Amino acid sequence: MTREEILNKVNEVFHEVFDDDSIEVTETTTAKDIEDWDSLMHITLVSEIENAFGFKFMMKDVVGMKNVGEMLDIIAQNI
Amino acid sequence: MASFIELKRNLKKDMSALPEYRFAVTGDCATQHLATALRGQAYEYGMNLVMFDADYDEIRAQLMDPSSELYEHKPEAILIDMCTEKLYEAYCMTAAEERADFADRKMEEILGYWEHIKSNVAGTKIIQFNFPESDDRIFGNFANSVGSSFLFQTRKLNLLMMEKASEYAGVFICDLSVLRARFGDAAFKDNKMYYAARMPYSTDMLVHISDEVMKIVNALRAKIKKCVVLDLDNTLWGGVIGDDGLEGIEIGELGIGRAFRDFQLWLKELTKRGIILAVCSKNDEDKAKEPFEKHPDMVLKLDDIACFIANWEDKASNIKKIREILNLGMDSFVFLDDNPFERNLVKSMIPEITVPDLPEDPAEYLGYLKSLDLFETISFAADDAVRTKQYRAEAERVKSQAAFSDYKDYLKDLDMVAYAGPFDTFHYPRIAELSQRSNQFNLRTVRYTADEIKALAEDPSYITLYFTLKDKFGDHGLISVAVIKKEDDSAFIENWFMSCRVLKRTMEEYIINSMVSAVKDAGIGMIKAEYIPTAKNAMVKDIYGRMGFEDLGDGKYRCDVNSFAMRETYVS
Repeated sequence: MTREEILNKVNEVFHEVFDDDSIEVTETTTAKDIEDWDSLMHITLVSEIENAFGFKFMMKDVVGMKNVGEMLDIIAQNI
Repeated sequence: MASFIELKRNLKKDMSALPEYRFAVTGDCATQHLATALRGQAYEYGMNLVMFDADYDEIRAQLMDPSSELYEHKPEAILIDMCTEKLYEAYCMTAAEERADFADRKMEEILGYWEHIKSNVAGTKIIQFNFPESDDRIFGNFANSVGSSFLFQTRKLNLLMMEKASEYAGVFICDLSVLRARFGDAAFKDNKMYYAARMPYSTDMLVHISDEVMKIVNALRAKIKKCVVLDLDNTLWGGVIGDDGLEGIEIGELGIGRAFRDFQLWLKELTKRGIILAVCSKNDEDKAKEPFEKHPDMVLKLDDIACFIANWEDKASNIKKIREILNLGMDSFVFLDDNPFERNLVKSMIPEITVPDLPEDPAEYLGYLKSLDLFETISFAADDAVRTKQYRAEAERVKSQAAFSDYKDYLKDLDMVAYAGPFDTFHYPRIAELSQRSNQFNLRTVRYTADEIKALAEDPSYITLYFTLKDKFGDHGLISVAVIKKEDDSAFIENWFMSCRVLKRTMEEYIINSMVSAVKDAGIGMIKAEYIPTAKNAMVKDIYGRMGFEDLGDGKYRCDVNSFAMRETYVS
């Protein structure tokens, strides 16, 4: 999977989780950029990314990811 | 089952038309996702759960304070969510010499919560999670022999809760321990989520946990099943009693009979819990009852059946009749039948009834039905077990022969299409097979081998017809055959047989019309027909008469093809 393909798939998961197809995430998107992205949504998002890509994040990833770019890094290492 | 995301999305839907149920959750862990899943799951159950979700670890504060937000919410039910992780922390902080009493003291604490709820909001139901038994493996298997081990104390606590719940009215245990056993520890929880967010359950598991809670809430709202309506052939035993006979059906040691035996044992247990059993079968009544009366391996006896209906009417009408006799709500009925056609008919004509799609393999009936968890309840009393007797007596009194009004509309809706044609090479084997196997719908029980079928097809003095049928649910294939011998100035129906699967769908009428047309086309003006009784074909003894043929007595009939009025049929 190329980084772009991963980003596209991650974007689809965001659509699912936030129930909003207008979301366009980029490498620099952070929780501040998406209105509903609070700590509760973060849990749901992490679970759904795990289901979509078939791996488990580590705890430090869950609490440490700064932006979508870092999320892509972790996904790329695990698939 | 809907995913967590789907449940979450339900929260945005319009629930204003749904019945409201006021609900509160309090726990010693993070409960926000659980509350979300519950509201979404309630929507799936057709309910609007008006939710109060207490803040993290506030059980004590919310339940002990009579003026708490939780009590102000006036919940009809309160869910107490205590997790095993917190239980383990408390266990670890307990002095070694006090650990043998750990479960008892925890039980006292929980009883305190229950008592506070009872004194503050009398009548409010309590749903209490029990503790998934996740052992710490400090003792390994030997934990079973150490009274102070965490495993020992957790199991003891679960058992104590069962004892107390049976004494306290209005307390219901939601069995997370069984749920964890079913899915396994890895699926049940997500360790990092517990550490990151104090969530003791994985997001995926919340779907199942909320479903278990909603089953209890549903039962609290009196949505419970009371009656199971059973088909007989290939549902309660293997084979067809009308064709295979008493010695030929599979129950007990014969063939796959053990699976049916265990299935019957389970149904018998349901009757002991107060569930009513009824029979709805397409059979002659005396034949249908024979296994119950005479077969030594039948677990179910006639005494276990509150209402027994065996005839050749359609099942939806018969189930409505059973409902009238038993006088129970249709939504409390479950209908079990191996035949998808019957299931679809009943489903479409009686939308309120629950109709599980039984697996094809009878060995899987029981496991599948258990997995559906249809018989959730909130009470059990010893006299529930005698309920069948009461209903049985009632059923004896009510013997109604109600008219079957809307069956015709159903048939119209089926879009049945038949094909009639002379025997052809392709169908010889199936025609011969049907000839050998049909016992009940078989007018003269003349059997044909494949070679004889071929000979008939090639003999110009015979009119041969086979019939296929399909409807919007599927293709039934070749289901009937007629063999007509041309004589000097008449034609004689040497035999007519049909598969019982397609009875009472006006296929009989369609076939009679086809026979009359075929004879007419051959330039013959008269049809002669005959019914020869056997031990098994009583169901068609008067079919020619019913179809408008002239009864000459002694099983003989005739029909003037030129004056014959074509029968009404919904098959085209």
